[in-house]
Amino acid sequence: MSARIQIPAEAKRGEIIEVRILIQHVMETGYRFDDRGTPIARNVITSILCNYNGREVMRADTSSGIAANPYLQFCMLAEASGELVLSWVDDEGVRGTERASLSVSG
Amino acid sequence: MKALLLLAAGMLVAAPAWTQNRVIPQAGLKSGFEFLSPDLKKMQLDDFANPGTLWVDRGEKLWRAEAGAAKKSCADCHGDARASMKGVAARYPQVDRHSGDLMTLEARILQSRVERQKAVPFARESEDLLALSAYVAYQSRGMAMEADIEGAARKHFDAGEAMFFRRRGQLNLNCAHCHDANWGRTLYAERISQGQPNAYPAYRLEWQTLGSLERRLRACLSGVRAEILPFGSPEYADLALYLSWRAKGLPIETPGVRR
Ligand code: HEC
Ligand code: HEC
Repeated sequence: MSARIQIPAEAKRGEIIEVRILIQHVMETGYRFDDRGTPIARNVITSILCNYNGREVMRADTSSGIAANPYLQFCMLAEASGELVLSWVDDEGVRGTERASLSVSG
Repeated sequence: MKALLLLAAGMLVAAPAWTQNRVIPQAGLKSGFEFLSPDLKKMQLDDFANPGTLWVDRGEKLWRAEAGAAKKSCADCHGDARASMKGVAARYPQVDRHSGDLMTLEARILQSRVERQKAVPFARESEDLLALSAYVAYQSRGMAMEADIEGAARKHFDAGEAMFFRRRGQLNLNCAHCHDANWGRTLYAERISQGQPNAYPAYRLEWQTLGSLERRLRACLSGVRAEILPFGSPEYADLALYLSWRAKGLPIETPGVRR
């Protein structure tokens, strides 16, 4: 499993920047059956969180109905240089994280 | 005069196969990309948002990972894929010089995996095989398809061409009924494209994952309710060779995005 974050490498203080996220995940809906008719257990990401210098800037509570390999995009205010930490957890309890650094001037 | 005529007749017989009749002239070739909605076009062109690039990344890691009893990585023998694999996918399927078998890119990767790395083969359509074939094909992105159909490849091409025009399944349709005669028209909710192979492995929304050209062909076979051949069947390679010739000049898009 892997994920990506895209942010500009540098920004000016007070600038609004765009954050893009892509997480590789099957997002098994729980509504499907295998070839033998046995239900396939649901396994979706249930929570996606983004912290910026320790403060929560985005949270999404996701469920069935979100496509595989979810893509998210949001904006945030660049305040100080630091790190953006993305983390998520799925129905099986598997957790993942990915980081990106931002350098803020001015 | 007589000699000239004979010469002319000889030239006709020996004419290279690419001069043979094309139902869709080369100038009229359209990639499946052109039949996508604006949203999907954008997704394919955006390397960040195109989910297929996740497999390309994974393939890059596998390329450098040691495997098998030979304890060798792909890179140990082939070096930097950006140079050594550039243009390779554009000329597949290709006949293996030693066995005479027609090999798709996937089959060639499996051959290196088993014979050179001495490792257990990847399952067809497994994440690892898809990742490596996407990574190798990605090195040819933008390059024109140019499979060779002469010499030893000829009989495979002929078999593939015959398959393309053979009716099959409960619906009794052949590939040309949809992809030569009716492209641009609508079938249920889908616009039929020319059935070109240049985007594969491709990320298909219906699959919610990356899949090979074979997987796409199986979907078409199932669509006409025909028998679905097992993965790796030589018939798929023959058909893929015909499709590559038919697509000659279209740029490779791997990893494409499809509905
Ligand atoms: C009943 C109509 C029908 C028949 C017959 C049919 N297909 Fe398709 N095919 C489709 C549809 C619909 C799609 C998905 C939309 C599109 O790209 O055309 C498709 C997609 C494809 C694609 C992928 C194109 C892309 O850009 O992703 C290929 C390749 C293809 N078909 C090849 C074949 C071959 C080879 C055969 C014969 C074995 C065949 N098809 C038979 C309807 C058909
Ligand atoms: C021990 C050395 C060795 C290793 C390791 C190896 N290969 Fe190969 N590979 C070869 C040789 C030699 C050939 C040429 C085979 C031939 O022409 O018969 C080849 C051919 C190929 C080709 C076809 C190239 C062309 O121009 O048609 C591809 C693709 C390929 N290998 C991919 C891979 C991948 C992917 C891996 C890792 C999973 C790998 N190889 C590992 C030695 C190796």
